[in-house]
Amino acid sequence: MSTAAGVSRSRTPYLLLLPGMLWLAVFFVIPLVSLLMQSVQTPLPGGLPGQFEQTFRFANFVDVLSRTEFLGALGRSFLYALSATVIALLIAYPLAYAIALRAGRAKPLFLVLVVAPFFVSFVLRTIAWRQILGAEGPVVSTLQALHLVPDNFSVYPSPFAVIAGLTYNFLPFMTLPIYASLDRLDTRLIEAAQDLYSSSWTAFRKVTLPISMPGVVAGTLLTFIPASGDYINAQLLGNATTTMVGNVVDARFLQNSDYPTASVLSFTLMAIILAMVFAYVRRAGTEELV
Amino acid sequence: MAGWWSRNILRVYAVLALCYLLLPVAYTLAFSFNDAGRSNLIWKGFTLRAWKGICDAPDVCSAVGNSLLVGLLATAVATVLGTMIAFALGRHDFRGRSATNLLIFLPMATPEVVLGSSLLALFVNMGGGLLGFPAVLLAHVMFCISFVVVTVKARIASLDPRLEEAARDLYADERQTFMKVTLPLVAPGIAAAALLAFSLSFDDVIITNFNSGSNFTTFPKFIWTSSLRGIPPQANVIASLMFAAALAVVVVGQINASRRAKGLVA
Repeated sequence: MSTAAGVSRSRTPYLLLLPGMLWLAVFFVIPLVSLLMQSVQTPLPGGLPGQFEQTFRFANFVDVLSRTEFLGALGRSFLYALSATVIALLIAYPLAYAIALRAGRAKPLFLVLVVAPFFVSFVLRTIAWRQILGAEGPVVSTLQALHLVPDNFSVYPSPFAVIAGLTYNFLPFMTLPIYASLDRLDTRLIEAAQDLYSSSWTAFRKVTLPISMPGVVAGTLLTFIPASGDYINAQLLGNATTTMVGNVVDARFLQNSDYPTASVLSFTLMAIILAMVFAYVRRAGTEELV
Repeated sequence: MAGWWSRNILRVYAVLALCYLLLPVAYTLAFSFNDAGRSNLIWKGFTLRAWKGICDAPDVCSAVGNSLLVGLLATAVATVLGTMIAFALGRHDFRGRSATNLLIFLPMATPEVVLGSSLLALFVNMGGGLLGFPAVLLAHVMFCISFVVVTVKARIASLDPRLEEAARDLYADERQTFMKVTLPLVAPGIAAAALLAFSLSFDDVIITNFNSGSNFTTFPKFIWTSSLRGIPPQANVIASLMFAAALAVVVVGQINASRRAKGLVA
């Protein structure tokens, strides 16, 4: 990290850090403390709905997490997010490889087109999938015209549609980091491997894949984390049986004023994700992520 | 024929994958011309009505105005704060570096629903008076900072330290070196970070939904809440215009960058 330009031990770095770090402390760390505090509150005796007192009842966690509807929502969140991450990786890796190593002069154009969907509202893109996968959409009507599926067949709403939506929405997050790591690949390394009589597959496995691993790790995290907390896709492409934990947190917080339950679920989601992220990053051996 | 396929199969795949990525964009554009009734989900016929009266749908234009306001303010603040942190991390040695890195990383590793609900917990504890525009702005700056830091830091790390050494060899003082050499070299990174921050803020649904209260609506929140009763085609018009504008910014940026690169080589 030491660069020739002005590495100094002075007050300057602290002055540079202060405002931004203070902002993160007040609007990221303190809210998490508030969330934890709220998760151990109990209803105010004789109070209105939405009124709670601070009783430090940690058994709230046991109560909430022993209810099957909430456990199911948590489980579905991780299952759907994991499925979407794996599918996105399978779609994104060849795409990133093609852009980095086969696109030639079209490379900037391809890159712009990968990020382009970001510029259309997330919710509208998801609604478009509802139209595409819906009963009158092109997918179902084509399958029906070919008599491959029965007339009452539908893709939306279903877990499949939710996973498809998640996969689609976070695909650029998977593609870009993999592209960035493959773009740095010196193609002479592959040629060298092939000169030494390794097959294309061996060359890929021993040279290309290890070099792209930091991109794969970053891409899977950037896909899995937002996907596991997302509830827009589950809401727009699913139904009551595809509820993810985000849906429950949203409903308990904003509709039912059941702050402790929502806080327990939100805090649990964060704890599990952080544990998974740190284990994954340690295993993948890319500690310096930031 | 078999040879052509094995040589070009990856390119064909890439084009197909890009079509898949752009399909919902095409849908959004197409349905801005739909002669829709209450709900804009099924094609009824072609009309330019929504394009001629963009603000005819109630609340849609004020929501866009709110989004632009929050986006611009959050981008300005987050870009300044994040760039300062990036310089501290990229150019200085100090105690607490790993703790700083951790605090930058954590907001990016936290799902939006947790960020949104924890901020709501804080604002509710404070009595709820900040919910609405202030809470949304404070929240957007918060989640943009980390992305600015990462983007600008990468740019600083990629600089050739010899350029700054050369400036000092030519008797530039620290301030002059920074203003005339370092800052112009980092500027594209800062611009990219600002663009990223703006697009994150402008398209945020979840955190905004938790903290905007009942009277403040941004464009994504407008689409989200109206998705229950039907989204007016005007929303598709605005999304299409935003898409065109963002694409233009990116393409112009690319052209400028490649021109500059050629200029440096020549």
